[in-house]
Amino acid sequence: MAQTVKFTIDGKQVTSTEGTTVLEAALSAGIFIPNLCFHPDLEPYGGCRMCIVEIQGMRGMPTSCTIKVAEGMIVKTFGPEIDKTRRDALQLLLANHPTDCLACVKNQRCELQKVAAYMGVTERTMQRTARPQAVDESNPFFKLDRNYCILCARCTRTCNEITCVNAIDLVSRGDETRVSLFQDQQFMESICRSCGECVARCPVGALVSKNTVIPSSEVLTTCCYCAVGCSMYLGVRDGKIVSVRGNSEGKSNKGKLCVKGRFGIAEFVTHPDRLTSPLVKGENGQVQASWDDALQIVADRFKTYSPDEIAVVASARTTNEDVYAVQKLARAVLGTNNVDNCARL
Amino acid sequence: MAGLATQFGSGAMTNSIGDFKDSACLLSIGANTTEAHPVIGFEMKQAVKRGAKLIVINPRKVGLVRHADLWLRPKSGTNVPLIMAMCRVILENGWHDEAFMAARCENLEAFKESLEQYDLESVSRITGVPAEDIKAAACMYAKNTPAAISYAMGICEFSHGTDGVMAVGNLAMLTGNIGKPGAGVNPLRGQNNVQGACDMGALPTTYPGYQSVTDPVSQAKFALAWGKTSGLKPGITLSEMFDAACDGRIKAMYIIGENPMLSDPNLAHIEKALRSLDFLVVQDIFQTETTALAHVVLPGASFAEKDGTFTNTERRVQRVRKAIEPVSGSRPDWLVTCQIAQKMGAQGFDYKGPYDIMNEINRLSPSWGGITYERLDACGSLQWPCPTVEHPGTPILHTHVFTRGRGKFMPLDYFPPFEMPDDEFPFLLDTGRALFHYHTGTMTRRVGGLNRFMNEEKLQINPADAQNLDIRDGDMLSIASRRGKVTARAKITDVTPAGTVYMTFHFRETPSNLLTSPGRDVVTATPEYKACAVKVEKVKVEKLKSGGEG
Ligand code: SF4
Ligand code: SF4
Ligand code: FES
Repeated sequence: MAQTVKFTIDGKQVTSTEGTTVLEAALSAGIFIPNLCFHPDLEPYGGCRMCIVEIQGMRGMPTSCTIKVAEGMIVKTFGPEIDKTRRDALQLLLANHPTDCLACVKNQRCELQKVAAYMGVTERTMQRTARPQAVDESNPFFKLDRNYCILCARCTRTCNEITCVNAIDLVSRGDETRVSLFQDQQFMESICRSCGECVARCPVGALVSKNTVIPSSEVLTTCCYCAVGCSMYLGVRDGKIVSVRGNSEGKSNKGKLCVKGRFGIAEFVTHPDRLTSPLVKGENGQVQASWDDALQIVADRFKTYSPDEIAVVASARTTNEDVYAVQKLARAVLGTNNVDNCARL
Repeated sequence: MAGLATQFGSGAMTNSIGDFKDSACLLSIGANTTEAHPVIGFEMKQAVKRGAKLIVINPRKVGLVRHADLWLRPKSGTNVPLIMAMCRVILENGWHDEAFMAARCENLEAFKESLEQYDLESVSRITGVPAEDIKAAACMYAKNTPAAISYAMGICEFSHGTDGVMAVGNLAMLTGNIGKPGAGVNPLRGQNNVQGACDMGALPTTYPGYQSVTDPVSQAKFALAWGKTSGLKPGITLSEMFDAACDGRIKAMYIIGENPMLSDPNLAHIEKALRSLDFLVVQDIFQTETTALAHVVLPGASFAEKDGTFTNTERRVQRVRKAIEPVSGSRPDWLVTCQIAQKMGAQGFDYKGPYDIMNEINRLSPSWGGITYERLDACGSLQWPCPTVEHPGTPILHTHVFTRGRGKFMPLDYFPPFEMPDDEFPFLLDTGRALFHYHTGTMTRRVGGLNRFMNEEKLQINPADAQNLDIRDGDMLSIASRRGKVTARAKITDVTPAGTVYMTFHFRETPSNLLTSPGRDVVTATPEYKACAVKVEKVKVEKLKSGGEG
């Protein structure tokens, strides 16, 4: 067990565990410190300088996302100097950022907006400096609009630390810094596996899903594809699935998803090819039938076979309850042990 | 997973996905984890980043190879001698865990004796893996504990796949890598609920909770609970069902959510079987090659339209929740099944919902006794065995004793795959999965974006073979085995070793299982998807005669 550590933030006693950063400890104690490049899944980075604080006995204003808590530490999260430094850093970001929030898919969900609002920044004080930057729309599921990018490196760190694919990186220095793929390729030409983990962590409208619809409700469920069993929220709106989001509490996936789970569900579920009526084979092939008729035909025919003449194949894709019911039908009603699934396949 | 059940008493993954982070060494055998289980792939690569050693054993240059400390590339179907040779090296060098073997295992002498045939020189010849590499792998695995083995279909889908699994079990027991965090033997299952389907008794030999159908006590228990049940004779397996349909012994089949007309080996045989049936009922969410042959097709509801649970590869039971109403006209599978039963006059199928079914499972399947919806809703998931509502679930199996008591070392002999390449069919065909599609593609091929990544089958062929046959990337090829022929474009890549070609089974236009072998595992009847002999030829493009010429 990690040791507990007692210290104070803005005069308040806070208890945390060894190894926690000052920022995380503050946030979980209900004390907000603005931050942008911090993400709980990623290693401390200290890039945006939004989270600076003063710590007694330490020189300057360290970034609270990179400092670990220590016994007896005295932290101050506000003050005129802190405020000025944060504002200057924020103004620099804003000078490079488009102003058309209303036209951005991240409007209202953007972390840059939230930080600006928290700091009471309502206008730019610096000259707009940005030059138009390349937009990569090659991937069918998401796009990268570098004009919105605040260079927080959450996406590139995700690709390095979480998925270990290393398809994207921050290249060049200074004004030329940008999110880039190997040899300036587009996503579709690159080694990117399209998992969308970077999209899920981008704080602004730079890496976004192409089909963004905000759901009216979310339902916690489990992915239907592979046996990792990723825990996920399906977003629903107007009777359709419109979004998928990994559940960070999920024990098998801890919030992560792959391309199939994240982008491959909504479209097949309500695809126009779905079977919508039972079909019964007649002289002219399969024709639509009512449920009642179809079930009656099945029941009547099943009755005519002896246990050795009938076999049941359950599905390794349906639920446990579905499978239980069908093996019970086989054994208790059809009287046969001829039941199997595609486990071997 | 018959192999592990024999040795340990349970065929399931011994440890949990989250355990890989505690491993000092990861040994991946016959798995393409970054494609088939992407999120487990993330977990493994992160462990490597933090310093764990990674050994990959795979004829294919799979995604994990890039991250591996050691890559062994054995010839297809030679896992048994390779792993047994590693065991022998470990014993000879005294790298084994004597205390664990003495306290927890049995049958060591017979096992040791069978190791005699696996000297490095012969095994190196059979497998094509240099002797030093075998030795290095044995050393790395034995000396970095805890070490976790994971494997997938690349070990099971051979005619002696069960032996491959048991070789792995031997290796883990020898080094004491069982029953502790970060260790274990971890089969990565394919489809989302394969584990659950087996747990629920969709097997010819077991009732729910692996209670044997041949045991009169189980039979009496279920007869009492259900009013009536099946006999003591085990049923027939999936492959045997198709054989029996062909020769008229099986007259009717009820198939749910499966498309054997694309997924099963030796398709011509499957088609004959299904066409021979007197009565075929197929329940699915889309029309498939299999529903097309049905006398009655019943539209099921998708996972997003019903309540229930799935069990993932680490025995973790998690809720499935209804997000939207079933698409008009479709019904949840459990309901359809129960309505058939009720129309047949059966009692005990009047469940109000999946919740009621789970209550019955809790009562009748001891290892699921404590897995209730209330608990799942409260804590998210539970890993079986979880016998009571107080039980926290079991992240690691066999911690103090093996499920069967003592772990059993198995002496093993080497048998080559059922069908080996020859002069007429000089290539070995391997089949598997790709990241962007799933199974027979009924779902993923209806997702436009996924098709942009991969919209047709390609035959992967090694550059050396391509050069010999004068094949260029994108050339149309015909691939033929003793059973059938398909066409596909060439993709030249060193991912596949020389002498072996590779295809998926996701594409109906290129049904690779027309080619695959009738060979099956001698114990589990698992089809030998991973090896069949084929020949590859360029399709000659006939000169188009256009009206203006000649
Ligand atoms: S694309 Fe998004 S996540 Fe990546 S650096 Fe830019 S703002 Fe950060
Ligand atoms: S999101 Fe991907 S890795 Fe996770 S269960 Fe679904 S298919 Fe498997
Ligand atoms: S959040 Fe601390 S520097 Fe960005």
